[in-house]
Amino acid sequence: MKKGLVLGVIVVIAVIGFMMIQGQKAPEAPAPEPAAEAPAPEPAEEPEEEQAAVESGVIHVGVYLPLTGQNAFGGQLELDGVKMAHEEKPEVLGRKVELSVVDNKSDKVESANAVKRLIERDNAVAVIGSYGSSLAMAGGEVAESAGIPMIGTSCTNPLVTQGKKYIFRVCFIDPLQGAGAATYAYKVIGARKAALLTDVANDYAVGLAGFFEKSFLKLGGEIVAKLNYNSGDQDFTAQLTEIISKEPDIMFIPAYFAEGAIIMKQAQELGVDFQIMGGDAMDNPKIVEIGGDAVEGFVHTTFPYDPSMKEMNPVARRFTDNWLAKRSDDPNVNAALGYDSYMILIDAIERAGSADPEAITAALAATKDFEGVTGLTTINETHDAEKPIGIVQIKDGKKQYIATITPEL
Amino acid sequence: MSLAMFVQHLLNGLTLGSLYALIAIGYTMVYGILRLINFAHGEIFMLGAYFVFWGVTLFRLPWFIAVIGAIVVTSFAGIIVDRVAYKPLRNAPRISALISAIGVSFFLQNFAIVVFSAIPREVQRPAWLVKVIIVGKVRILPLTLVVPALSFVLMMGLLYVVYKTKPGLGMRAISRDIETSRLMGVPVNRIIALTFGMGSALAAASGIMWALRYPQLQPVMGVIPGFKAFIAAVFGGIGSIQGAVIGGLILGLMEIMIVAFMPSLAGFRDAFAFILLIIILLIMPTGLMGEKLEDKV
Repeated sequence: MKKGLVLGVIVVIAVIGFMMIQGQKAPEAPAPEPAAEAPAPEPAEEPEEEQAAVESGVIHVGVYLPLTGQNAFGGQLELDGVKMAHEEKPEVLGRKVELSVVDNKSDKVESANAVKRLIERDNAVAVIGSYGSSLAMAGGEVAESAGIPMIGTSCTNPLVTQGKKYIFRVCFIDPLQGAGAATYAYKVIGARKAALLTDVANDYAVGLAGFFEKSFLKLGGEIVAKLNYNSGDQDFTAQLTEIISKEPDIMFIPAYFAEGAIIMKQAQELGVDFQIMGGDAMDNPKIVEIGGDAVEGFVHTTFPYDPSMKEMNPVARRFTDNWLAKRSDDPNVNAALGYDSYMILIDAIERAGSADPEAITAALAATKDFEGVTGLTTINETHDAEKPIGIVQIKDGKKQYIATITPEL
Repeated sequence: MSLAMFVQHLLNGLTLGSLYALIAIGYTMVYGILRLINFAHGEIFMLGAYFVFWGVTLFRLPWFIAVIGAIVVTSFAGIIVDRVAYKPLRNAPRISALISAIGVSFFLQNFAIVVFSAIPREVQRPAWLVKVIIVGKVRILPLTLVVPALSFVLMMGLLYVVYKTKPGLGMRAISRDIETSRLMGVPVNRIIALTFGMGSALAAASGIMWALRYPQLQPVMGVIPGFKAFIAAVFGGIGSIQGAVIGGLILGLMEIMIVAFMPSLAGFRDAFAFILLIIILLIMPTGLMGEKLEDKV
């Protein structure tokens, strides 16, 4: 009988250990061993296989996104965006484009496997994905060593493209976003004392919290409390009570929306009266539905697109109209980024005049002033998209796009 | 730290702790009788929460009826799990049933992802449960008082069933020796089914309370609470019902107080819980209230 108990404990510890390894955060500053990966992409044995794919007439594009698990909702919207773009432009260079979609289950290991599968089994010449920086980093390593270009949708941690030759993204990066959030908090809201509540097991959250802190301090503000939690936690009362006692003007929570909604509910119950602010991971139409009146007044940074925007560029207008014509829900920024990543890829293939991964990579790197749903996009030398930052607030139970700002670094 | 803040932390800890206690009671009961660590307990807990959610939103049932209905349906789910996954292994070594339990746990999680979808859902809570009571600077949710009370009532009820009723006598007999009990005319399979039914009803009750406190449903919502309750049960002395309640309360308070007194270590809160588990197993393997090992053999 005792054996069973001890064994049970061992199993529990093993499972938890496994979960912790998965949730481990990447080092903040240094690039994860780019040196070791650098010599890998020698296209020595690749050509024959790829030649076959190039000759066959159909261009295979891989998509890997979290369609189940904690990030399922954002992943699904991005997939819908990619599919919509694919419907609009199913052909390039007179050849059919075929999408292969693999679910990465919101899991880093599955993410790496998904990209491997897309490249090896589905002969993808380029890969789109993923929602979530941790997932994109895991998948990116595989794409990089295979020499296949990858376009990140909404992975905003700088490490995703750092030191990578084949990895790009259509979203801005967190230093810029953190600076934008800090600028808005300091200049527009007038906050001087800020508190941070961060998921320490999440690369995105740790990164964004750090960038917010850096910019907020630089602007002259003060960080009065820094509290942490772990992915999967549901009780934040201790952290919130501690933060409340420090009386900040603003609390910055770089959380995902489901978690963010729970945090805000508990904050409301504990009588929080300061402004709460979040990042682009809070940008989700469901936030009001699952957060109820607890999210009223909440502000977050996002990509410069939202259906409630007053001024839209023609691409965004067309995208919004097409989406609303087909579906009953509102389009959101994830769908827009999914759409943009596909369109930028097709544009690159067109300019390259070939579906060869090397040629696509070169064309992607040269993308300049591409007009997408999320504004004019230029891929810079670090393979990140340069674009302004949008601010959204929940007002009267609705998301309202309230400002576009250029961060002061 | 001001007094008001300390009281607030204390209340937060009490709520979390009594939720752990509630889940741990179910864990410990099944273990106490069958010597099986039912790893699917956290998933049964999740099912209970989803059933109430459906009752309220889909069938528009009043809360009270939805809760009772969900508890009944979840009990049957527990009995079915026993029939399918544990009963065929009754005479196999204990380790087989344990592995089967882990399998059931993964199965139910993935089943829920497919059937309920992975998208988190909001729970509509009855207004009186979440209307904040303000005493000075301290803010109290009525739920904070309801959960410990419910844990206490369920603990007393369970003790009554186990020690004062005939099926309870059967349960205690089975916990000593299944074969001899069978020879003495104890309807072993029926008693075991009842045990699972009761254990699952407790899981459902705690799942419902959990969903009221943290109003979001997800297929994986039972995993971490399940582990924590397991720690609480081991800490209190697995098999002991009072021990589960005490273990749960201590664990919940400890988790909150670690954050309260050492805010910079807040990210390691879960790690502390598991460190506690290891320490307990090393120095006090039978837990706080555990019986002497000889008794159980």
